[in-house]
Amino acid sequence: MRLPHILAAAVAALSVAAPAVAQDTVAITGGRVLTGTSVIERGTVVIRDGKIVSVGTGAAPAGARVIDATGKTVAPGFVAVDSGLAGTEVGSVGGTNELRNASNTLSAAFDISYGLDPWSFTLPVARLGGITRAVVVPQHPGSSGGHVHEDETAGAGDGGYQTPGLFAGQAAVIDLGQDANILVKPRVAMVAPFGEAGADIAGGARGAQFVLFKETLAEVRLYARNKSAYERAGLRDLSLSRADLEALIPVANGSMPLIVTVHRASDIQQVLRLAREEGIKLILDGAEEGWLVAGEIAAAGVPVLLNPISNLPADFEMRAARMENAAALNAAGVVIAIKGNEGSTHRAREARYNAGNAVSHGLPYGAAIAALTVNPAKIFGMAGQFGQIAPGAAADVVVWSGDPLEPLSQPSAVFIDGVEQPLTSRALLLRDRYRQQTPMPPAYRN
Amino acid sequence: MIRHHLRGVGLAALACALGLSACATTEPDQGGTAPAKDRSLAAGLDPATRSDPYPSTYQPLPRENFAVVGATVLTGTDRKIENGVVVVTDGKIAAVGDASTPVPAGYRLIEARGRYVTPGIIDVHSHLGVYPSPGVQGMSDGNEATSPNTAQVWAEHSLWPQDPGFNTARAGGVTTLHILPGSANLFGGRGVTIRNTPSITMQGMKFPQAPYTLKMACGENPSRVYGGRNQSPATGMGNMAGYRAAFIAAREYKAKWDKWQADHEGSPPTRNLQNETLAGVLDGSILIQNHCYRADEMALMMDMAKEFGYRITTFHHATEAYKLAPQLAQAGVCAAMWTGWWGFKMEALDAIEENAALVDAAQGSCAVIHSDDAELTQRLNQEAAAALSAGRRAGLNISEEHAISWITSNAAKAIGVADQTGSLEAGKRADVVIWSADPFSIYARADQVFIDGALAFDRTNPAYQPTSDFELGQPGYGLTAANVAEGAR
Repeated sequence: MRLPHILAAAVAALSVAAPAVAQDTVAITGGRVLTGTSVIERGTVVIRDGKIVSVGTGAAPAGARVIDATGKTVAPGFVAVDSGLAGTEVGSVGGTNELRNASNTLSAAFDISYGLDPWSFTLPVARLGGITRAVVVPQHPGSSGGHVHEDETAGAGDGGYQTPGLFAGQAAVIDLGQDANILVKPRVAMVAPFGEAGADIAGGARGAQFVLFKETLAEVRLYARNKSAYERAGLRDLSLSRADLEALIPVANGSMPLIVTVHRASDIQQVLRLAREEGIKLILDGAEEGWLVAGEIAAAGVPVLLNPISNLPADFEMRAARMENAAALNAAGVVIAIKGNEGSTHRAREARYNAGNAVSHGLPYGAAIAALTVNPAKIFGMAGQFGQIAPGAAADVVVWSGDPLEPLSQPSAVFIDGVEQPLTSRALLLRDRYRQQTPMPPAYRN
Repeated sequence: MIRHHLRGVGLAALACALGLSACATTEPDQGGTAPAKDRSLAAGLDPATRSDPYPSTYQPLPRENFAVVGATVLTGTDRKIENGVVVVTDGKIAAVGDASTPVPAGYRLIEARGRYVTPGIIDVHSHLGVYPSPGVQGMSDGNEATSPNTAQVWAEHSLWPQDPGFNTARAGGVTTLHILPGSANLFGGRGVTIRNTPSITMQGMKFPQAPYTLKMACGENPSRVYGGRNQSPATGMGNMAGYRAAFIAAREYKAKWDKWQADHEGSPPTRNLQNETLAGVLDGSILIQNHCYRADEMALMMDMAKEFGYRITTFHHATEAYKLAPQLAQAGVCAAMWTGWWGFKMEALDAIEENAALVDAAQGSCAVIHSDDAELTQRLNQEAAAALSAGRRAGLNISEEHAISWITSNAAKAIGVADQTGSLEAGKRADVVIWSADPFSIYARADQVFIDGALAFDRTNPAYQPTSDFELGQPGYGLTAANVAEGAR
């Protein structure tokens, strides 16, 4: 059984203050190195103390453990965006779902980082797809993934507030290393649905949601200016709880990005205008019709999290969905990140295939790699810290048998923060149990 | 081409074998020569007539004789031919072979050096047309979730031919689709197999002579839907009781009709569409397509098939088929699977990427990759590639020319059309895809798609990129994103 090993590793990790780091120097040599921003043929990547030390064509340092990657491809670990990794185990089992909160006294304040489970069996599966970090986001009625539970009811009481809130809560960045410390950074962004889902929350129409949104930000600013008056009940009634007001201050002052799930081109235009008027910092999520207004998105300097295989008019918000959306946005100068499927949880590993399909529909290969690596780090304010093979970045490195965007390629080594990860998962244990034909029943195997 | 009259062989064949009146009415165009029988019923009242009330009007698109030369050909029969030749005559495969294969004079030559040729892709689990895009209220016609047994409904009566998903599937090389009702019910209704060509009517797409199928569903879905309404089935054992009661009723119904056909004594039984479909299962004319995830449940379903004397043709989803691979192969049951989907509910928890490869490894197996999804159906070749890759990771030696059978010839077998399509063999329908590259590469695109020898999609020629009525005049209509003037959507 692997579990004791996992527990032992976890205990070891807990016994030191910082995430586990490798003590030895590792050199990955001879491979085709995709740094995230360039390609180095027959490159050498040197890793020490959890960081990339160097990348180039030099020889491996003396004494280093050498991993021969000749004929292979070396790439930064991929970053899953708009993900549910570590936040849910089984989609239909509500008790395992930490991605969604139905209390309307806590909407913006909902902090997903507390519920993320380092022992989630979703993590090893994603790791085998080359994913080493994730931006885990709260779900909402307009989310691209997960499974909406129709029977959800308010948890912490309604308190007379909006049900559900305009905001889904705050996202967190995790790493997928096999240890007890997966949290890299909590509260990296606020999440809110716009378009049909947002309109539904506000009462049914978009015109209500935008007004409600502006009114909410006005209340947040009023609260921020008059906290002492609020504390002694000297302020007029506000429509959000104190916790939600507090959580929205960084959004209102533009220091925390707001991930807006939005699909229709006209909604994108409205949201861009709203952000301009309110001085808030945007990240667009979805943006299936983004190509129709690519120039405006680029001019606003707003990045986009997208799934390049959304090409059907699934509803009236996506009638212009096209396979070439990623290529068009990139060509216009928009910074894009490519998502996995179904909320990038169980199917987060398919992000690399999605990137490959974007390439076959016009996205340059380098841009596709960037959309899985450097761009997510940049979008969430962590450029240089991970998502690229560059000196000083976290040593999240995957050695692939071939082009990582090809299904026929598989990882042969995965490093996260410089620690080589086991290439196993619950699914592989099941595989091995049933691949064997022995006289004993399967339960006696492994 | 020999066309087996698969759909009509059930009660009608039995009645004919007994020398009874039903024979006269099975072929209406022979009515003038058959002796009139006093006791025969109107066609709509007599199941023995097995009339074809919504008959296929499918006509192939305009076509010419041609040969594809120079490509790497994966035939669907475990063969790989480098620099191969595929000759198509009158919509049928005429010859497949190496570069020495003669091409008759006057045939159009399609140069495909550096490209790949496969049989048309077959998706055995699709809800295109019944759960179309846009997925809005008013168009959601896939689940008659009003009773656990709706064997009487037919997916073809819900099928909206203007679903834009048909076009995008075709751009992914899909030439044949098996459209199923949803899985809310124990018996969801009849499925229909279609040719993926644009049509104003369902009948214009209907695959001539393809057998009807019946969708059954195991597990969580029926018990959740009906248990949630405080009615049966609310449990797995309730599911089993529901199936068994239905087959008992169908046996009785069939016996009544068989007796009446034999002796014509008294009034004929009243025709019952629900039991009629189930009786078709019992006589083998309607093929069971069984949504079933778990190994233990598949084993129960196979025992139940023995209990009532019918055959299961294909388990769908079958996320635990790898746990039961030898038994499935031994019973001759196909398993249609995903590669990457897992964990969305308890019965999908043990899904593994190696499922298809492990099922395939058993002697006499029938592994199929399916979609159940309007996006995935566009990329079944990639789903098969991921399954192949996982199999190789597990140490299984699987060739591409074998793995292509998971979305071609095995798929054809899984829906009862293997005599007509699914492989590049002389005499089969010329359903052919020319790929820009190895179809197991993520970068491969379907360049040309032929259905019955007719060019049905061409990636670089907008004249062969159909759009549905729904797409006309919609946002983005007529514009090309990223100046990539090729493909569909």
